[in-house]
Amino acid sequence: MNNLFLLILAAGLPLAPVASAETATDFQSRYQAEVRQSDPNFEGSPQRGRQFFQRVGVKDWSCSTCHTENPAAVGKHAVTAKPIDPLAPAANGQRFTRADKVEKWFKRNCNDVLGRSCSTQEKSDVLAYLIAVKP
Amino acid sequence: MKSITYLLLTILPILASDAAFAEEGRRYVLNKDYRDECGSCHVPYPPQMLPARSWNVLMTGLDKHFGSDASLDPAKARQIGTYLASNAARSDRPDASRTAPRITETPGFRREHRDGHDGLTAALWRSPAVKTPANCGACHTQAAEGSYRENEIRIPRNP
Repeated sequence: MNNLFLLILAAGLPLAPVASAETATDFQSRYQAEVRQSDPNFEGSPQRGRQFFQRVGVKDWSCSTCHTENPAAVGKHAVTAKPIDPLAPAANGQRFTRADKVEKWFKRNCNDVLGRSCSTQEKSDVLAYLIAVKP
Repeated sequence: MKSITYLLLTILPILASDAAFAEEGRRYVLNKDYRDECGSCHVPYPPQMLPARSWNVLMTGLDKHFGSDASLDPAKARQIGTYLASNAARSDRPDASRTAPRITETPGFRREHRDGHDGLTAALWRSPAVKTPANCGACHTQAAEGSYRENEIRIPRNP
């Protein structure tokens, strides 16, 4: 009985969430693959991503309000004035390396700017844009 | 004797709430998760600057946090909430019936930042160098480290 329990436990281990370092390209590829399930020709677009980044949403904020129109530059929090480290992976190697952080910030910031969640297509586009930004 | 006891009972809670804003300032040790999570948008305000009831109100409304969505996963929110409440100011002020308790509304903050004190003016608060009273680090140079000592204060000149 004990052995059976251990066997079940061991079999489940590979499914346990593992916090491993990733890259911005990993996230972009994953979002893109997800959109392709319903739109096989979809490709994350830096141009659409840039427009999205600068588009003002529900309360006069866009992504660039805090991150500035240059995501490779240091930004500034719209409410607290706290400096924000660059968002473009080329300027800041810590960005888009952990799924929990990426999803946490998409959830918060999409809600603040758009008043809703971002679609997977929007995430794919904005990642394509941020990856293309060079300092 | 009775009147002295009464006096102490009345005064002690007020002293407790003001202790965080003692004239000479102090340095607080901050929990790492709290610094990482809350300190990414603003100075990690020392837990001692608000009573537990205020922290509890804040921590149950993080999705609408002073105009921003600051939501955390429930496990982390619980963990940080416990840290804040167990290190909170011992007084029950400010009025916990407020939906958004603010450090800037506590008597200690108001006293230490009153107009004219240390050269503070309304224009300085509005200046680009300060912008908001939430920006402790504009004058308290070590605020990010939880330190508010008097000798670390640098009021921006020509802000």
